[in-house]
Amino acid sequence: MNSKQLSVRIWRGKDNGGLETYQVPARENQTVLDVITEVQRLHAPDLAYRFACRVGVCGSCAMTVNGKPRWTCRTHVKKVADEGVLTVEPLRNLPRIKDLVCDLAPFIDTWQKAGAPFSGNQTRQQPPATVDPNSKARLTADAALQCINCAVCYSGCDVVNWNRDYLGPAALNRAWTLVNDERHGQRQQTFDQAFADGGCGNCHSHGNCTRLCPIELSPSQSIAGLKRLALTGLDKRY
Amino acid sequence: MERRLFVLQRLSAMLLALLVFIHLGLILFAVRDGLSAAEILGRTQGNILWATFYGLFVLLVAIHAPIGVRKVLQEWTGLPASTINSVCWGFALLLLVLGFRAVAAVV
Ligand code: SF4
Ligand code: SF4
Ligand code: FES
Repeated sequence: MNSKQLSVRIWRGKDNGGLETYQVPARENQTVLDVITEVQRLHAPDLAYRFACRVGVCGSCAMTVNGKPRWTCRTHVKKVADEGVLTVEPLRNLPRIKDLVCDLAPFIDTWQKAGAPFSGNQTRQQPPATVDPNSKARLTADAALQCINCAVCYSGCDVVNWNRDYLGPAALNRAWTLVNDERHGQRQQTFDQAFADGGCGNCHSHGNCTRLCPIELSPSQSIAGLKRLALTGLDKRY
Repeated sequence: MERRLFVLQRLSAMLLALLVFIHLGLILFAVRDGLSAAEILGRTQGNILWATFYGLFVLLVAIHAPIGVRKVLQEWTGLPASTINSVCWGFALLLLVLGFRAVAAVV
């Protein structure tokens, strides 16, 4: 058996818990989620953590790994371990439930507040809208579309950290896609909500969200787009 | 409200950038052969153009600065919104009064 070991320090408990260290074998290929699972199977059956797809689709496995929020199922240990030590904590900026599990409700609430639900502007009797895939608005929306709701950006945003009323990068990024979606019946309302108290006027444009987003979206650019719209107004042509 | 303030602050910044350049240019021009109070007053007194220019300058500053200070206070102090708004209105008035006093003194 490979004698090389990995020291994994994992947050146990709630707010006043602490880090506990476990040893697992270091393997050629292992993700942070693999390691957490191995710890839970072999050492700590009561360890709470979240995951579902294990392939970077569902967005449920985000944790703080060696100080940075990351999607653990697609983060290779080799890339992030610091001299054989891995420190895994729950996400920042969210209430803790147990061990590595956070309550995501405040994060989901920001989406509602930012006017994120889609609302069609046609009835089922009408034919589906014809959207030109190469129109500027569509390309702009597409560029921001693939968000997996992992809350990595929310957890990495310093403005969220000091102002919990701030809607944060993911929700505003979503609002930006809707504002550019000609099929969305409430573009003006979404825009108004994205710019209300706690909205995009609070963003410092320092780009942590963009640097951390595992899907390589750019919420900071989306927010800059919303700010630009404040000066030019919504495009009323569609 | 937030959006209106945001727009006001950006637009005032754009205009201020222009006015600051003219102001700097004027300084370079004005000191070309020494600087004296008489020379400055000679240029500004009774000159409606400079009075308008600096009047506009003061107005824009009084719009621009308090909006920024408001955000800073919101982020750095836990003061209630109404207190912060009052402080910023006060700051805007102070800038207006001091600024217009200075403009009035030289025209
Ligand atoms: S750019 Fe804006 S949203 Fe992104 S991390 Fe910075 S403050 Fe937060
Ligand atoms: S924008 Fe990126 S980091 Fe933020 S929730 Fe979506 S996928 Fe995650
Ligand atoms: S488990 Fe689904 S994204 Fe990581």
